[in-house]
Amino acid sequence: MKCKTCGRPAAIEIRRHHAVFCKEHFFEHISRQVERTIHDFAMLEPADRLLLGVSGGKDSLALWDILTDLGYQVDGVYIELGIGGEAGYSSESLKLAEQFAKNRDLNLRIVDLADEYGYTIPEAAAETRRVACSVCGLSKRYVLNRVAHDGGYDVLVMGHNLDDEAATLMGNTLNWNIEYIGRQHPVLPATKEGLVRKVKPLLRIAERETAAYCVLKSIDYEVDECPMVGGNTGIRIKEWLNILESQRPGVKQQFLFGFLDRVSDQFATAQQEQVVLQECSNCGQPTTAGECAFCRLQIRMADRG
Amino acid sequence: MKVILRNPRRELDIEGDATVRDVLRRLDIIPDTVLVIREGELLLKTDQLTDADTIELRPVISGGAR
Ligand code: SF4
Ligand SMILES: [Zn+2]
Ligand SMILES: [Zn+2]
Repeated sequence: MKCKTCGRPAAIEIRRHHAVFCKEHFFEHISRQVERTIHDFAMLEPADRLLLGVSGGKDSLALWDILTDLGYQVDGVYIELGIGGEAGYSSESLKLAEQFAKNRDLNLRIVDLADEYGYTIPEAAAETRRVACSVCGLSKRYVLNRVAHDGGYDVLVMGHNLDDEAATLMGNTLNWNIEYIGRQHPVLPATKEGLVRKVKPLLRIAERETAAYCVLKSIDYEVDECPMVGGNTGIRIKEWLNILESQRPGVKQQFLFGFLDRVSDQFATAQQEQVVLQECSNCGQPTTAGECAFCRLQIRMADRG
Repeated sequence: MKVILRNPRRELDIEGDATVRDVLRRLDIIPDTVLVIREGELLLKTDQLTDADTIELRPVISGGAR
């Protein structure tokens, strides 16, 4: 197979685009897609201070590389979740994130959940008897926004890719979870004091492409799966979508972008009517009532025997 | 050839020459859910493999709440 741009031997095939690229033109393709996404959704302003949520995985490291190459100055933040003990998943992921930042002279902030908030994800999952990903997602969303806000950043940049967003939409659609569907957008504006705008520039990039990007750029990322992922339904939905995609290349992108282009507005209105945000009585962050879910979790963890 | 699988890490032996597509089909793996890597380079479905090769089939799905 030959690169569709230059005719040299191909490095990767992207079936949904009916395209094959050499290394160089693959990088160019990815970078253009990201640029276009940023532009089409008006994600970033020239003077914005950017903070990227970095997990040490393929998506966040690829995105950091792409944005830096495009000339953006982006700081990273890594949240130490305390998963897998010493030399386990979390410390391994941190090492990879640190190595990446060091090699490129980028600024990585590190927030240790245990030091700052008094618990690790395994502890919180055990105490609440909830699926780890649920307490983990809640903690990450809160802490990332908090760090961005307190650090004076204008935008929190996230590494969610096409597969992530299509799977989230599919999950919420299967349940007709209208409130969540209404909130799903690649740009979440800072609608309240205390919230930082959140953007997802990898929206058009499939996860196979961010992984390939890392391999082809020799970016070391965390390949191993988180040991606490069990019980998460998102992965199963991704597998279903991959079966559909293998029979009809492009269906994931069609599903997600059809929603964003033609449907999402209607759900967004429905959602705005429902939700009135107030300040959390404990931390001041926006919440629907009383103490926010994060503070309730943190207080529960502090009170445990 | 030697085939390295991840999550969890394990190894398989497959006899004889085959294309990447054949190997994936034999293992019942949807091609776009993995990267096929040989000596740090990505392989395409049409690439030919021999008995002497060692390849890694690296899943690209990552899970969890993001
Ligand atoms: S897989 Fe779940 S528990 Fe593990 S890091 Fe991701 S969200 Fe957290
Ligand atoms: Zn080319
Ligand atoms: Zn709070």
